[in-house]
Amino acid sequence: MKRRTFLKASAVSGGGFLLGFSWLNSPSKASADPQDPVRINAFLRLDPDGKVTIYSPNPEIGQNVKTSMPMVVAEELDVDWNDVTVEQAPLDTSRFTRQLAGGSQSIRQGWHGLRNAGATARHMLIAAAAQILEVPASELTTRNGVVTHGPSNASRTYGELAAVAGTLPVPTEVALKDPSDFTIIGTPRRNVDGQAIVHGKPMYGIDVQREGMLIAMITHAPAFGMRLKSIDDTAARSMPGIVDVFVIDAEPAQSSWADVNAFPEKVVVVGRTTWEVLKAKRALILDWEAAAPAESTQNHEETLTALMESDSGVKGRRDGDPEAAFAAADQVVDRTYSAPFLAHNTLEPMNFFAHVTADRAELIGPVQTPEALRSTVAGVCNLPEEAVTIGLTRMGGGFGRRLYGHFGVEAALISQRLKAPVKLLYTREDDMTQGTYRPAYKIRYRAALDVQGNLTAFHARGAGVGANAQPFPAAFSGPGFPASGVDNYLAEGFSVDSSVSVGAWRAPVSNFVAGAEQSFIDEVAEIAGRDPVEFRLALLDRMVNAPVGEGISYEPERYAGVIKLVAEKCNWDTPQPGVHRGLSVFYSHNSYVAEVVEIEIDDGRPKLKKVWAAVDCGIVVNPLAARNQVEGAIIDGIGHAMYSAITLTDSSPDQSNFDAYRLIRMPEIPVAIETFFVDNGIDPTGLGEPALPPASAALANAYARATGHRLYRQPYNRDIEALRVRQPEG
Amino acid sequence: MALIDLNVNGQQHTVDVSPDTPLLWVLREHLNLPGTKFGCGISQCGACTVHLAGAAIRSCSFPVSAVGINPVVTIEGLSPDGQHPLQQAWVRHDVPQCGYCQAGQIMSAAALLASNPSPTDEDIDRGMQGNLCRCGTYLRIREAIKDAAAQSDSQ
Repeated sequence: MKRRTFLKASAVSGGGFLLGFSWLNSPSKASADPQDPVRINAFLRLDPDGKVTIYSPNPEIGQNVKTSMPMVVAEELDVDWNDVTVEQAPLDTSRFTRQLAGGSQSIRQGWHGLRNAGATARHMLIAAAAQILEVPASELTTRNGVVTHGPSNASRTYGELAAVAGTLPVPTEVALKDPSDFTIIGTPRRNVDGQAIVHGKPMYGIDVQREGMLIAMITHAPAFGMRLKSIDDTAARSMPGIVDVFVIDAEPAQSSWADVNAFPEKVVVVGRTTWEVLKAKRALILDWEAAAPAESTQNHEETLTALMESDSGVKGRRDGDPEAAFAAADQVVDRTYSAPFLAHNTLEPMNFFAHVTADRAELIGPVQTPEALRSTVAGVCNLPEEAVTIGLTRMGGGFGRRLYGHFGVEAALISQRLKAPVKLLYTREDDMTQGTYRPAYKIRYRAALDVQGNLTAFHARGAGVGANAQPFPAAFSGPGFPASGVDNYLAEGFSVDSSVSVGAWRAPVSNFVAGAEQSFIDEVAEIAGRDPVEFRLALLDRMVNAPVGEGISYEPERYAGVIKLVAEKCNWDTPQPGVHRGLSVFYSHNSYVAEVVEIEIDDGRPKLKKVWAAVDCGIVVNPLAARNQVEGAIIDGIGHAMYSAITLTDSSPDQSNFDAYRLIRMPEIPVAIETFFVDNGIDPTGLGEPALPPASAALANAYARATGHRLYRQPYNRDIEALRVRQPEG
Repeated sequence: MALIDLNVNGQQHTVDVSPDTPLLWVLREHLNLPGTKFGCGISQCGACTVHLAGAAIRSCSFPVSAVGINPVVTIEGLSPDGQHPLQQAWVRHDVPQCGYCQAGQIMSAAALLASNPSPTDEDIDRGMQGNLCRCGTYLRIREAIKDAAAQSDSQ
């Protein structure tokens, strides 16, 4: 495997010299042997032949950081991107900070460290050239991996300078490039793993192989809140290839937020090959008993509906006198929106490799939070953290699911018990029914309008269901549009306890709130007789010119900017007959995204024609991949809002595979998506998530314009199909 | 267990497995061809797509004993030089995000183009609707297929 090659190379370069985010880590074992590759710093290895290796620190889940993070280093280092080889770094907290894939923060929070790593190395290479050429450093320039002395026309390649550079002191402060001089950042660069992917090279956790490795599969309770009562594994044990059957409890003594696991108790079958283990797993005779009250989607619906009438929720933001303003309103618009649990359904099911011996644990696999996993594994295996290593594989999707690394913990416990290398693999059914869902939500909005159709008060009341759900007002600690643009505002909410575990699902909370809020704003505008663009811009104008209350977490000018940009690009003011458009805009993960969806109605169903997206995420590191992210997020957002749901009967998920859990497929996607980035030179912000939240409302608003019917309940497809039956002419 | 002869990517193999073992697991674990992926196990996601006598099949639900003398082709054997027009187009269009479904997508697309060298958008949608992409790269997949079809046309 590629990984092993890397670990080996890394060991070779141990004689080199390293520098991480901690600038005080000066070279401890510096080597001046020109034949050795030199690990200039945490991110960089330079070989004498000019090969540049950049280590990508953060987990790769498809958000393309394995390409974009090294691009930032390469930019400041001043090398030819074609000379760069990228390697995935393992978890290494002595060299890197925040090796985590989550919150769309890899580039935003890595930005300065990545630039400094490249710039510092460049500075040291210049200093080395100054020493060797005996000229002042100020007379040296760099370009494409070569340091040149203009006056004498002498030059040295980075490879030639690496050994000396590695012995020099690490500067604490270096000048960074002016963004107008960027030659890599802002240019389209293909995925560094593209060739390997299209040729089926092994690079995912599920592909890990090791001499003597056993395969493990698990069975968890068929319903949330159930415990194992008895087990008859006689048949399973006697089947070919089976090594052992046992029960584990993966509950850590001390748990962190990343230890969400609805089923720490699992029945484990271990054997030689996956198919043998799968057959034995099916032959287990297991008896479970309820340890918590039974729940169903219907119960949840009733509880949430009742809460929408209750004013006893936890209070969030409050401006003015909302009660008085609603009492004095000319018109009150009152609407409720709901959405079901969603599974992440990464296409690569949960899996992990572990080899735990008496004094160390080696883990390799797909996890978004390797540092948290190391800590939990050390705890449950009773090993010091230094004895636990986590190798990172490319992940077959993340979407937040692999923030919760219990499968890695389980793999470690299984390996420790068997004293053998083990690969744990979940079936799709194990994966889809284990929880960590996006919470089921309901939110009620009320808007007060005066006789002129101006918004005078706004009220949001939300609730979410989940074992570990945050109280819903957490949703309103963010922007809560149009707070600050309206005199009277109130946000409040509830969380509903449950045996169903929930977790961060791509653009947590926003993935639901945006759809509800932007559908509501659109309907309020329509009722007020206002254009959806103009109505939003007027509220934003108020936030800029006469803000109400404590202020907001975003810049209303940038928010208005993406609305204006998308309206201009889609020619919002010149609608075409038979084609219907919906607008939606949302701020999340420090970025602003406005989207317009254009549809036709075909046999009562929305047929998606074109989507325009205007995105303000500051500097775009890699526009090729950034567009891909935006396109994918829009399709993801529309797909889940249209088709997807986990429902419960007797605490058991009704969907366990893709025959019952519907995901969007190629015939249902838009014909085209056109993405426009705001070019403002601001340091980059999030991109993996922010384009998802607005998508659902843009579709719902277009559908409302086309049919006169508003969509309040996800998945929208159910109501759309019901309307088709009632109105067959569409 | 039974000894089963297989022709995979032009090579003859004999594997000793239970006859009901899905072809997917034989490829991945007995023949060291892990490019074919496990996604659902019930022919719903297409990640495990391979060619059997030129037709796209879901190897997760196809017992190895039913393969017979029909040649199997996996992503690793799609083209002798590893440069099938679809693989080139996939790279050109920078299709993958996580990449996990893409081997299956390419195998489905290759079977589609083999039977229909100049597919319309509707043909592509129909031919590819059995393959899920959780990252939502469908637009680029569609474009890459059209591009590869056009490249093949012009050759």
